[in-house]
Amino acid sequence: MGLLDQIAEGVINGDDEQVAQLTQQVIEQNRPPKQILDVGLIAGMNIVGQRFKAHEIFLPDVLLAAKAMYAGMDLLKPLLIAQGIPSVGRVVIGTVRGDLHDIGKNLVGIMLKGAGFDVIDLGRDVAPEEMVRAAKEQDAAVIGMSALLTTTMPAMGEVVQLLKQEKLDGKIKTIVGGAPVSKDFAHGIGADAYGFDAANAVDRVRQLVGA
Amino acid sequence: MREMETLSNRLASGAVLLVDGATGTMLLERGLEPGKAPESFTLSHPEVLEDIARQYVSAGADIVGTNTFGASPMRLELYGLADRAEELNREAVATVRRAAAGRAYVAGSVGPSGAMLTPHGDTDPRDVYENFRSQMQWLADAGVDCVCVETMLDLTEATLAVQAAKDVSPHTPVTATMTFDETPRGFFTVMGVSVEAAAAGLADAGADAVGSNCGSGIEVMIRIAEEFRRVSDLPIIIQPNAGLPEIEGGKAVYSETPEFTADRARLLIDAGVRIIGGCCGTTPDHTRAVREMVNEHQGAA
Repeated sequence: MGLLDQIAEGVINGDDEQVAQLTQQVIEQNRPPKQILDVGLIAGMNIVGQRFKAHEIFLPDVLLAAKAMYAGMDLLKPLLIAQGIPSVGRVVIGTVRGDLHDIGKNLVGIMLKGAGFDVIDLGRDVAPEEMVRAAKEQDAAVIGMSALLTTTMPAMGEVVQLLKQEKLDGKIKTIVGGAPVSKDFAHGIGADAYGFDAANAVDRVRQLVGA
Repeated sequence: MREMETLSNRLASGAVLLVDGATGTMLLERGLEPGKAPESFTLSHPEVLEDIARQYVSAGADIVGTNTFGASPMRLELYGLADRAEELNREAVATVRRAAAGRAYVAGSVGPSGAMLTPHGDTDPRDVYENFRSQMQWLADAGVDCVCVETMLDLTEATLAVQAAKDVSPHTPVTATMTFDETPRGFFTVMGVSVEAAAAGLADAGADAVGSNCGSGIEVMIRIAEEFRRVSDLPIIIQPNAGLPEIEGGKAVYSETPEFTADRARLLIDAGVRIIGGCCGTTPDHTRAVREMVNEHQGAA
């Protein structure tokens, strides 16, 4: 097995020490950072995503894999930036105002990072104004919003409206998700996309940025 | 009023016991603001909580839960209420005790801490144990008759809660329920805990009854109960939602009626369930309907 395959394997097994050590090794061998990212870290995370979708593994395994992926990503990121290699796209994510549930949002963040996106996670209980402000400041292409409570879902519509008021709709796209959120609801508030689970959300964000 | 038999004796007798239904969804109906801690109602609107508890007692619940699901210090910290934790637990118990007035047992409700434990998360399990131990001590000091550890997803966290309860008060009965999803490979919690693993782990930790709450309507719960029956000798406790929430006009609506619930609850008893309650979307009307069914069932037996 090549070193990049071993990195992928390390991600799948959630072995952050192995991933960090091997990533450092291939960096020192002057392998292109983009190749290390795609063939090592992202390839590993891809398999993790597939197994999670098939219910072969569960959330704790994904969280461990994510820790391992980040261990490699932390080493690669400065090199990717130095070489001017752009990410697939920048996404601002957060759980909407009044909602403290973040398991789903975190999972989407992990899967987006695992697909090569640059993710800015604003955390939980994020006000609509804050989502829009962060997206503008960070020059993000997409705002991803999550809610678990039926009572906090309307805040998603406020973000869409704010973007319209600032004439940013079309420039900054929106995607919504979470247990009580449906395609109809997303359509109703004028969101650009709906992700029914983390894997689907990544597919839809890819479409939104044309990646 | 005659002295109540201890809950342990009732459990040992093989009787079917009824736990109350939802508190959280009832509070949303009664003015709880979305995103606010339901526990904040304990101090701001004790009369509402007392009224809800009274309704469940009148409907025939044997056991009524306290508004302390999220009243462990770690969880309250998310709402900036950690410094009120002791007071919130004490007052919540006092409120239900007033409503129960010796006609029902008072159950201290204990939900997840909100933290992710190491290795996949960042929180030390010892801190989670201490978190639950504090809450269990306050509930015991306030005189709960039993503790319901509920809506658990992570087995380690669930066992820490059960152990904390038993360490604080070894003779107080503890029920432990987890929330399962149906997958093509069977029932698992979000954290990947199977029914078999849950039954074994919770029993080892000292739980007096094991089972499931939330996440499903009653028909799926019957199958979860049957699975518990196959792998556990402990009394089984099941608290279904009134179906899965559907959104109508921005509000969550639960479709399973009291009549439907009572009809299916008969099958829960047939599956060996000994403690029946309700979770999200259930109301005192659900409890009343199940009470009538149980009375008939036990009268016929």
